[in-house]
Amino acid sequence: MPILVIAEHDNAGLKAATLNTVSAAARLGADIEVLVAGSSCAAAAQAAAQLAGVAKVKVADAAAYAEQGAENLAALLVGLVQAGGYSHVLAPATTYGKNVLPRVAALLDVAQISDIVAIESADTFVRPIYAGNALATVKSSDAVKVITVRTTAFDAVGTGGSATVEAVAAGPDLAQSKLVGRELTKSARPELGAAKIIVSGGRGLGSGDAYRSVLEPLADKLGAAMGASRAAVDAGFVPNDYQVGQTGKIVAPQLYLAVGISGAIQHLAGMKDSKVIVAINKDPEAPIFQVADYGLVADLFEAVPQLVAAL
Amino acid sequence: MKILVPIKRVVDYNVKIRVKADQSGVELANVKMAMNPFDEIAVEEAVRLKEAGKATEIVAVSAGVAQCQETLRTAMAIGADRGILVESDVELQPLAVAKLLKALVDKEQPQLVILGKQAIDDDSNQTGQMLAALLGWPQATFASKVEVGGDGVQVTREIDGGLETLALPLPAVITTDLRLNEPRYATLPNIMKAKKKPLETVKPAELGVDVAPRLTTLKVVEPAARSAGIRVGDVAQLIDKLKNEAKVL
Repeated sequence: MPILVIAEHDNAGLKAATLNTVSAAARLGADIEVLVAGSSCAAAAQAAAQLAGVAKVKVADAAAYAEQGAENLAALLVGLVQAGGYSHVLAPATTYGKNVLPRVAALLDVAQISDIVAIESADTFVRPIYAGNALATVKSSDAVKVITVRTTAFDAVGTGGSATVEAVAAGPDLAQSKLVGRELTKSARPELGAAKIIVSGGRGLGSGDAYRSVLEPLADKLGAAMGASRAAVDAGFVPNDYQVGQTGKIVAPQLYLAVGISGAIQHLAGMKDSKVIVAINKDPEAPIFQVADYGLVADLFEAVPQLVAAL
Repeated sequence: MKILVPIKRVVDYNVKIRVKADQSGVELANVKMAMNPFDEIAVEEAVRLKEAGKATEIVAVSAGVAQCQETLRTAMAIGADRGILVESDVELQPLAVAKLLKALVDKEQPQLVILGKQAIDDDSNQTGQMLAALLGWPQATFASKVEVGGDGVQVTREIDGGLETLALPLPAVITTDLRLNEPRYATLPNIMKAKKKPLETVKPAELGVDVAPRLTTLKVVEPAARSAGIRVGDVAQLIDKLKNEAKVL
């Protein structure tokens, strides 16, 4: 039985999280179909067709999916899954996937397995619980496995595929929730979830101005994405989408530079799978040093400019 | 308008959890329990809507063991008017909880259900969306702002790229994110008053819901520990290590 992956996209192209989700699906060893539901989303569908290992791309192109509302998407998906005989339905564990997929699972009357980090077999998966302080291996007894994938746990799939692209009929337009507006952070920097290097700041920076004046030159020099601890976001230094942690973004870059971050358990949950962690903090007792590969006990307002000058 | 606020009893967020030696789960005996922090935000938001004259009654609901009564009392001390406990000793997974809540919504007929976006024990982030699906209601997850007006509600949501605002007709389901509000501390007089508020107990069977788990936990282990590395003396040494040892620059 085939596997259905729900693509996260912006109509023009795929979000990076989709590539990791296809990679997770490939571990299950069955034909992979990708659903692209959007409005004028042919370009995203073409991108999906080029992913390695994808057998078929299904496209639902309709105004009902322009806003990517959970109600319409779930209604479409339930119909497709019931008709298509899929064994697994996968979506990335991003705010997009988390919003839509439980709705699909409930309508199919199956459990959802959230945020998987490993696949043991077709029905057994590993997922973090308690902010990643424990790993649970769970087995599903449901006919269809509905799964969200922790993108940092699976490599992005490459291109080179040439899947067939097939249009599918749109589902009903339930016209329930209506989009009023979006305020998206515009940035020329890499996306947090896909960045190789992340420069992240915490309460130690003291203000939004200091966050920008101290950390932006470092991020510029390294070509890094910028993140923050919950404390920095709550204090209004930066917008919510900068937050790394249990309830924010989960990241695993090659290099994570934690500047002025104490290292609360909820923050560590979001970044402890990074390859190399550097902590700069003036408090030698800060918990961040317990997970850092390289710790520098120093005043960040002196150390970071020195770092920028020396790079 | 009546608001239903589902809450969950979880291990207190300050507790460092321990995995059981037999790998059957996380040690819960003699561990401090508390209301899931996201649900506390949900209770606070409902109370603020009532204080603003937008809501008339707040019903707090919990599902689980008898001790969840304490969690419901906490919700009533913050300002919920009454409580309902669906008592069960069975492990209740999100789909089962969503079905129990649907049965209570059918009975209580609230216009709004506000609950936490996820519980900090199983980190599932499912129940609100599942409930909305079973009811056929619109949903607004990860809310950082809620404005009730006219016959609808406008909700600002925290999404990966920033913020998104949705307009929903009522009835609707809202799940809370961290920055929606800062919950108040319950005062002693309110804690005393909460003891006298009505608390009803029902069983899943009385609601006609099959709560049998769909997922079996085979084992629970600690993740590979990340050991502390080294301290470097200055910026020059840090750069040297990153270039020549870690090779990430």
